[in-house]
Amino acid sequence: MTATLSLGPVLFNWQPEDWRDFYFRTADESPVDVVYLGEVVCSKREPFFRDHIPAVMERLRSAGKSVVLSTLALVMTDKELSALKDMVTDYDGLIEANDLSAVSLLAGRPHIVGPYVNVYNEGTLAYLAGKGATRMVFNGELPATSVRTIAKAASKLGVETEIQVFGRLPLAISARCYHARSRGLHKDGCQFVCGEDGDGMDVDTLDGDPFLAVNGTQTLSHTSVNLAGHAAELTAAGVGVLRLSPQTCDMVGVAAAFRRLLDGTVSVDETQLRLREIAGGVPFSDGFFRGTVGRSFAESAA
Amino acid sequence: MTPRLSLELVCPAGTPAALRTAVDAGADAVYAGFRDATNARNFPGLNFSRAEMREGLAYAHAHRCKLLIAVNTYAEAGAPGPWHDAIDAAADMGADAVILADIGLLDYAARTHPHLRRHLSVQASASNPESINFYQRAFGVRRVVLPRVLTVAEIAHLNEQIDVETEVFAFGGMCPMAEGRCALSSYVTGESPNLRGVCSPASAVRYEKRGEDLVSQLGGFTINAFGPHESAGYPTLCKGRFTANDRAGYLFEEPTSLNVTGILPDLRAAGVTALKIEGRQRGKAYVAEVVRGFRRALDGNGRTGALGNMTEGQRETAGAYRRDWR
Repeated sequence: MTATLSLGPVLFNWQPEDWRDFYFRTADESPVDVVYLGEVVCSKREPFFRDHIPAVMERLRSAGKSVVLSTLALVMTDKELSALKDMVTDYDGLIEANDLSAVSLLAGRPHIVGPYVNVYNEGTLAYLAGKGATRMVFNGELPATSVRTIAKAASKLGVETEIQVFGRLPLAISARCYHARSRGLHKDGCQFVCGEDGDGMDVDTLDGDPFLAVNGTQTLSHTSVNLAGHAAELTAAGVGVLRLSPQTCDMVGVAAAFRRLLDGTVSVDETQLRLREIAGGVPFSDGFFRGTVGRSFAESAA
Repeated sequence: MTPRLSLELVCPAGTPAALRTAVDAGADAVYAGFRDATNARNFPGLNFSRAEMREGLAYAHAHRCKLLIAVNTYAEAGAPGPWHDAIDAAADMGADAVILADIGLLDYAARTHPHLRRHLSVQASASNPESINFYQRAFGVRRVVLPRVLTVAEIAHLNEQIDVETEVFAFGGMCPMAEGRCALSSYVTGESPNLRGVCSPASAVRYEKRGEDLVSQLGGFTINAFGPHESAGYPTLCKGRFTANDRAGYLFEEPTSLNVTGILPDLRAAGVTALKIEGRQRGKAYVAEVVRGFRRALDGNGRTGALGNMTEGQRETAGAYRRDWR
């Protein structure tokens, strides 16, 4: 199977040194080809790791990784918009646009359309390709039928496509911080409590069933997406990049497992076994891709 | 006396009967959708056939009221036909505007029907001047329905930087998430607002008696539990009670309704053009009461009637318009 592996941006509020070391280890050990970085969820966090960005980029590039800067998903304030404008002006490398404001600022130059920009069909893709999109990351709720149709249209347009195949799936974004709210705080005085949950805060039902995960203003799935069982179908459909979304588990191990699967040196079953070991008790899901309830997981893919 | 506030009152029409009710109650504009997955309120028993839409349009125009047609879901990959047909039909019958969210559809509408007025749906989640100006430049959008994430001060500042009209939500259901960017419903039910025009669909809802308690479930997950003295609400996913950090509560949003009657002058001063009342799934009595209440409030005739009784759980909020909501 010919496909490239990517590492999506760290979505969580990790300690700056942990954030830096995660990318250093990725540079040194991970078989991913493309690495995304930058604050996607909350603009209040970016200053913490800003100073580490140059060193991280340097280390990744020296290791032969292609580096992409990811933008904020929900841009509301003047400060957020001007930071975005600065990024677009100051950085001449590839940028992943996660809001239409970023698409607008990047129009006319090659860029990546991220998963937070709604591309549900080939008409939208064609329009964005005309504005300079060279790669498009699928929205996580798209079924395989849509993925195939859009990937086919994309290859005709010369646009690469990418899909998340591992990690908790972003489901919603808000102006309100639920991490702060869960502690009786407001976003303005949040005390950065999101930093306490490296994989997001567990949200259970009143019956105690694991349900969702909260990451500040973002809500994610409790389950981890796992499309290892669909990798052959994805590559056959022309999806060229498979994205691993960082969690605190051994992401080098996850990348190695997917790399071996794509190289054909291990089976899907062995890959699933390995991913289960790495993910610990976190359940998997592939329901969106199968066109059904998102949280579900096909036994045959297990 | 309160001065008259010249805000356009945009009212929900889930059915032909609700449309006539809203027009009669003083709506300046009504919004409605066709009976399929092309609009974001694709519920059983709601919406309009082509013939019903034509009749509704005639009725609205006869009463100097506008009709806006919502085609505000995202077109299915490989099958944009129904969405294109809906836009064509809106243009052919002379609708006052279409409300769109999908870039592919905006592009189609702008190219195919350049004279058909285009509004940007809240489902596009355009929350800053750069995005809004993009939609204006690219597709000639004339009005943007703002996502429910901005404060009044932010809306005022935004209006200084854009050349399109703004429409804001004024009353009714209150999405705490940025609209058009939420897959919570499809995560547990398989039915998504963006793709199918439904959120927390009734087909996935179950109520269960457990001792004295009534438990509401969605897609097999408990969304809330009500004691004997609590009134049980519909289990919309983000309005449920969940446990985080060993604390149970309304993590995302309380079962409350948005009501901006208390800040009408502020919204007008912020440069807002139109107020949108949510509720195409609501009955005639609700529509009549809410539209009349807002008509009175906007005309400066004092009391807003029984608006407070129409809110969910009779609790209301100014939502994201106040900064401390965040």
